Amino acid sequence: MRIDTIQGIIGKHKNDKGGLISVLEEIQSKLGYLTRESLEAVAEGMGKPLTDVYGVATFFRAFSLKPRGKHLVSACVGTACHVRGSHAVVRELEKVLGVKPGDTTADNEFTLETVACLGACALGPMVVIDGHFFSKMNSGKVKGVIDRARAGLDRSEGGGDERVFPLVVRCPRCNHGLMDSGKLIDGKPSIKLTVSFGGKHGWLRLSSLYGSYSVECEYEVPVETVVNFFCPHCHAELGGSQECSDCQAPMVPLLVDGGGMIQVCSRRGCKVHMLDLNGVNFDF
Amino acid sequence: MIKLWINDLPVEVEEGSTILEAAKFLGFPIPTLCHMDSLSPYGACRLCIVEIGEGDRAKLVSSCTYPVENGLKVRTASERVVKARKMIIELLLATCPQSKVIQDLASAHGVRQQRFKQEYDDCILCGLCVRMCKEQMMAGAIGFRGRGERRSIGTPFDAKSETCRLCGGCIHVCPACTLRCTYSEPEKAVCGGCANLEPPCIEKEEFHDMMCYMRPCVACEIIPTEKKQS
Ligand code: FES
Ligand code: FES
Repeated sequence: MRIDTIQGIIGKHKNDKGGLISVLEEIQSKLGYLTRESLEAVAEGMGKPLTDVYGVATFFRAFSLKPRGKHLVSACVGTACHVRGSHAVVRELEKVLGVKPGDTTADNEFTLETVACLGACALGPMVVIDGHFFSKMNSGKVKGVIDRARAGLDRSEGGGDERVFPLVVRCPRCNHGLMDSGKLIDGKPSIKLTVSFGGKHGWLRLSSLYGSYSVECEYEVPVETVVNFFCPHCHAELGGSQECSDCQAPMVPLLVDGGGMIQVCSRRGCKVHMLDLNGVNFDF
Repeated sequence: MIKLWINDLPVEVEEGSTILEAAKFLGFPIPTLCHMDSLSPYGACRLCIVEIGEGDRAKLVSSCTYPVENGLKVRTASERVVKARKMIIELLLATCPQSKVIQDLASAHGVRQQRFKQEYDDCILCGLCVRMCKEQMMAGAIGFRGRGERRSIGTPFDAKSETCRLCGGCIHVCPACTLRCTYSEPEKAVCGGCANLEPPCIEKEEFHDMMCYMRPCVACEIIPTEKKQS
């Protein structure tokens, strides 16, 4: 990331209290993680000692100082899962992946992390891989689950068109998954967001197939309207800093599981979107 | 001026001072560990807890961070306070049994047992060094990192700091690493050695009106025997 982009981000949040967190959040949502250089640039730009910036960056779970792997494996070690034997599952995961919780495998495929309670205690021990829940885990099941994840849990059966593949996305603010498997669009779990436009407020579902423009919404959205997008979990407004290259409406950034970002134009009918997987730009 | 009660005595102190400052000024002893005049209060060690409020609403607060309020009822040594304080010392002692500062606190407050596993950590995360570095030395070379059980103090990325001037201020204020308790029985967690040592001269008649600065205190005892006889 270039220094002037960081300065731009700092300039935006300079005057608000707790601006440091917003700055780091924004950098993380652009890069996927926080690099040492970016932290140093933030410290310098905000006139804070590096120790403060580093302290904040290491304090919050949402920030990562290491690049994340393609697949995120979260093993629950909350109380309920713990008493059901999650430690054995974690140990097995460590063995199979060859990394400790918090680390990423050398081939950048898997990041292993432990979390405290996923809210599915009755099904514990829980392991979540790329947004897929694996319940009643035991150490015997670990290998099979990892193999399935490696092969791709979301691989599309949509035929040979390489440009049509499903994405699993998260909110760039709270990192909460946005996939809704209760409602399929194009036969795939849809991306559920909250929108508001012209005094109306409701849900909107996007197709998760990259290259498909199918949308469903609680209300009819007139073509050409610019709608405001919100995360249904943290209710943060998702309108980003970037503008659509075609129609100048704000682009909506979404975090793609496995690294990278997708940006979608917020104007109804505008088809501009940008996928940025680990720094490689695909402009379609 | 703020009017409050400390240990049932009505007192008046300046607005904006903390309970600890008020109590110290008026001569009520409150033990502290992470507090140091000229550094901002931080409230990490909880040793300075006092009880405020009455009846069901009574609660323990750290006096070094609690500003005085009108009509506040403060108890600096109630049963609850003493009990909690002992527990805190016991826990601190479990983290850092080799610290003489904490061993002395334990002796002074009658902590006679150790029910927790001794960790022999070299840091109790009191943050004195961090504040010293930032507030007095204007360097900000070290800081807190991480959180929970992974919280630690050090430089960002563990890299050699460019702002550190090697002034040694951090070591000077550290309660865990400056003074070592050199107790001979490490498995016995509570040492109590130094604090229980009565100066031998108190009992000796020929020394009773003498002021002595010999260090260690028992130095007069170690005088070779021949010299004593001559
Ligand atoms: S403890 Fe694991 S899901 Fe609640
Ligand atoms: S002196 Fe008040 S909490 Fe440490």
